[in-house]
Amino acid sequence: MSAVAAQTRRLLARQPLGVAGAAVVLVLVATALLAPVLAPHGPKEAVFGQFVPPGREFPMGTDNLGRDVLSRVMWGARLSLYVGLVSVLVGVTIGSLWGIFTGYLGGIADVSSQRVIDCVMALPPIVLALSLMAAVGQSVNNVILALTILLTPTAARTVRSVALGIAASPYVEAARAAGTSHVRIVLRHILPNCLATYIVLVTTNISYAIVVEASLSFLGVGAPPDEPSWGGMLTAGTQAMETAPWLIFFPGVAISLAVFALNLLGDAIRDIADPRLRGGLG
Amino acid sequence: MQHGPRVQPGAARLQSCAVQVYVVHRLLLFVPTLLGASLLIFVLMRLVPGDIAQILVYQTGSEQSSVQEKQIKQIRTELGLDKPVLVQYVTWLGNAVRLDFGESYSQRRPVRDILLERFPRSMELAVLTMGLAMLWAIPLGVISAVRQNTWLDYGVRVLSISGLSLPIFFTGVLILYLLVRVFRYLPPLEYSALTENPVENLKQMIWPALAQAYYISAPIMRLTRSQMLEVVRQDYVRTAFAKGLSDRAVIYRHALRNSLLPVVTFIGWWGGRLLGGIVIMEIIFAVPGMGTALVQAVSYRDYPTVQAIVFVMALIFLAVNLIVDLLYGWLDPRIRLA
Repeated sequence: MSAVAAQTRRLLARQPLGVAGAAVVLVLVATALLAPVLAPHGPKEAVFGQFVPPGREFPMGTDNLGRDVLSRVMWGARLSLYVGLVSVLVGVTIGSLWGIFTGYLGGIADVSSQRVIDCVMALPPIVLALSLMAAVGQSVNNVILALTILLTPTAARTVRSVALGIAASPYVEAARAAGTSHVRIVLRHILPNCLATYIVLVTTNISYAIVVEASLSFLGVGAPPDEPSWGGMLTAGTQAMETAPWLIFFPGVAISLAVFALNLLGDAIRDIADPRLRGGLG
Repeated sequence: MQHGPRVQPGAARLQSCAVQVYVVHRLLLFVPTLLGASLLIFVLMRLVPGDIAQILVYQTGSEQSSVQEKQIKQIRTELGLDKPVLVQYVTWLGNAVRLDFGESYSQRRPVRDILLERFPRSMELAVLTMGLAMLWAIPLGVISAVRQNTWLDYGVRVLSISGLSLPIFFTGVLILYLLVRVFRYLPPLEYSALTENPVENLKQMIWPALAQAYYISAPIMRLTRSQMLEVVRQDYVRTAFAKGLSDRAVIYRHALRNSLLPVVTFIGWWGGRLLGGIVIMEIIFAVPGMGTALVQAVSYRDYPTVQAIVFVMALIFLAVNLIVDLLYGWLDPRIRLA
């Protein structure tokens, strides 16, 4: 048996839920990437009458404007993953660098940045996002901007505490005693050791970002209504819930499944990437 | 610590001194953080492309442009938009301290009246949600830990992980759908005050509270379970068992008490998410609280109202965190010196 197969088997035995989550995430990513090819219709294209129940021609029915729900759910995967991935990568990267540098520098830079983070985190996340959207106006890119602003301070705070621990460790002290420059200490010793935390932050925050995007669109202040956002589709469905329950069912299941799978995968990655948490009792 | 000598009188004085420093430190941070948060929102609101006066005038849709120009100028002076942002902020803050938050554009009445009317409703929903969540999450967490790795444990864990994966707006819509379609029951959509008609009030409030409590209870369950598992392995619990106490006494009197400490902090951490969730729940179940007012104000670009509501929410969130921190220091003496 090849080494790769053996390793896969061990992973499956140790992290069965994580592997299941990864499989669903793979399907989700494939759907998102291939939406233009796979989806039978365009996301904004009115194809048939309104409120056609699920059937052979439209497996998930059509919505209040006669658009194919299946196509919109597929394009919705694309939108959700795009928003989630971009905002988390940008937010967590900026936040991590911010946390590492201010944590390492210490002093006034560190204290003042901690107080700024306090101020941002004093605002409940959805409320901050809501007021940001009120200020910048509705669009997909503005949702990404709002999410980035939401995620940066949390990431900065988490990574800072990790960086502080590393900066106080004997090998950094040794490096400093050997005359290594500050820049080199940060780049060679602290940055690489924060990588595990960075990966965990990215994977665990993607599902959160997706939920916040959907919540904003659900409240009618996220992506514009014609964009195929799962949250926005759910709002439209709520208005016609008695006659067309499929309009709430399919987008709702899509988002729950995506979040569930991403959570499972995130938990597994946390177990693997962060040895301190491995074998925890939770 | 348990086997160490009794704490010296000097050390005790040092300890109580540390508590005071800690309390003062926390209190000192409270006001600047609140001010910073409100300044943040204030500046954000002024980053609007175009300005508020223009938006207001063009919404009313009057025809003549010279009249509009005049109106815009007048509104700018009225709102003080012609002054620098910092001056505007100080003016706003000065009024806010006297509980004057200006006039709401969309509702044409003082923002203070809106706050006074809506605040108790949202707080009722928040308290109801937290209460319901803890009501079933803590016992289930204990059962799950005591019966570790049995089908009961797996059941509770699946329940909690699925609770975390269902976005609350979907749970809310599903509950509404089930009530309407399956049980043929429409919860009241007219709000009745808790003091006037408690039954009607609860009939409306219980559903949004349940929907969000399902979500909030998931992490409480997980936390209670993992804490119980950790505490049950401690020496003093083994001692309690060894001296022949009943299972029930050991679990509830010795283990659970110490497991609940982190659950207290949890309320602080999740206070923000709870408030955000309240906004969504109020929209779905037509509860006229602060969240509904906020979303409405956001869509009308009614800035004085948005600003005041966000300010109040930050105040609640910070106050809850402060109380939780102080409470934690009081409940767990080990924290005080840390």
